[in-house]
Amino acid sequence: MAEKVLMKGNEAIAEAAILAGCRHYFGYPITPQTEIAAYMAKKMPLVGGVFLQAESEIAAINMVYGVSATGKRVMTSSSSPGISLKSEGLSYLAGADLPAFVVNVQRGGPGLGGVQPSQADYFQATRGSGHGDYHMIVLAPASVQEMASLTLRGFDLADRYRMTSMILADGTMGQMMEPVTFETGDIQPPPEKPWATVGTDLRRKHNVVNSLSLVPEELERQNFARYERYAQIEEKEPLWESYMMEDADICIAAFGIAARVSKNAITEARRRGIRVGMIRPITLWPFPRAAFRAAAEQVHSIISVELSMGQMIEDVRLAVECRVPVTLCNRAGGMIPSPEQVLCEIEKAAEKENCR
Amino acid sequence: MSTTSYLLSGFGGQGILFAGKFLAYKGLVEDKQLSWLPSYGPEMRGGTASCSVIVGDEPVGSPIVSAPDVLVAMNLPSLDRYEAAVVPGGMIVADATLIERKVTRTDVRAFYLPATRLAGEKGLDGLANMILIGKVLKECGGFCRETAEAALHKVISARHADKLQANFEALRLGASL
Repeated sequence: MAEKVLMKGNEAIAEAAILAGCRHYFGYPITPQTEIAAYMAKKMPLVGGVFLQAESEIAAINMVYGVSATGKRVMTSSSSPGISLKSEGLSYLAGADLPAFVVNVQRGGPGLGGVQPSQADYFQATRGSGHGDYHMIVLAPASVQEMASLTLRGFDLADRYRMTSMILADGTMGQMMEPVTFETGDIQPPPEKPWATVGTDLRRKHNVVNSLSLVPEELERQNFARYERYAQIEEKEPLWESYMMEDADICIAAFGIAARVSKNAITEARRRGIRVGMIRPITLWPFPRAAFRAAAEQVHSIISVELSMGQMIEDVRLAVECRVPVTLCNRAGGMIPSPEQVLCEIEKAAEKENCR
Repeated sequence: MSTTSYLLSGFGGQGILFAGKFLAYKGLVEDKQLSWLPSYGPEMRGGTASCSVIVGDEPVGSPIVSAPDVLVAMNLPSLDRYEAAVVPGGMIVADATLIERKVTRTDVRAFYLPATRLAGEKGLDGLANMILIGKVLKECGGFCRETAEAALHKVISARHADKLQANFEALRLGASL
């Protein structure tokens, strides 16, 4: 087994990206994800890669577009306001069917907001973030180990489906250190990319990478084709963790740091005799709808624990189709719910549904 | 089966994050489950700095320490802010050079070390943090030379290898008090 090392979540993403074969990083510094850029600045030159601090987030995402068009693995990272700036580029990447790996280590918003942890970019990430009909694959790590493993997975998924995959983390995940191992055994080489614009050697027709399509019939055909791919992803790629759900009467829905806090609350609630479990979405898009739909047949209520004014709760409600009540337990603006706050909501739900 | 949560707090520049990293690496050396979470943002740049560390046998849930078993306070604002948060039966280790008042709670163990003064006197400049950590180790199960050295080797980069000995001396001094 590989050696356990202690790393910040941000550094684990950077190291995993290099292991995944990413040799091009473009970014612009912003708290709380700057360690990704700092790590890349140190390590990329040692592996023959490119680290470039762009003049802006917009420039960085367009550099990603350019490198991706040549078939190379490439990434950028930022935090909430920076991702808003990148959103035009994310839409263009989708329109051109280019793979890309993007990291958002969220901070409180809206606007310039603050620098403390947040999950308020859930809508932005899961609904595509830029204009037009498109999705990104959205991965939500809840440990430093997952910051690494979901980075490896993110590059694979991006290449396989020719689209952006995004890590949606938060300031806590980025800044905390935990032991992490890098299992290099499962790393797949990138697939062939016959569409890449790498020169024809006069042996084939030119490849064109573009998001402009002025004939509506053709643009519609592209959109439908893209959504057929999305349907496959929704069927094959949802990931989630079921935690103590076997006998649960109440279900917590939480991802990232909110799931970590919720585990403490669940431990204490169980000690008090309340059967509570958790479904932790690991992919936010595709959302693990089937897991929640199944839970709705079993539990009396669901509590969505979020660092936002309530965003994922909408997907939970859509998944359970009004079969059970879904309530919100939240903090916002850089604040994190405490285990006591989550426990209080669990007790309220247990009282109401008479399931203690 | 036990988990210990530490909250370290002081001024930026006192080595709060480094001291926390040492505790985390010591946990790694001992093959424990652990997390280390710093305060980040503007307060790091010359205000208060704090750091949450959890070390134990079970997977760490929330990495945020809001009710520490052990509080290391390196200035008065830190003691004022976090004294009430320490769990009953917990422990507070304070730098008595910089904190004149005593802990008011009676349900915690309190230790006062003139760490900053001692560091100056013993040629261990800037290592008041590690003197306090030495005391923490002593009071939480004992000071073990091997794991302390192994953790220092991990937390101090090769570039700063000349600092190893002083850090070790500071830990040992704290553990002897």
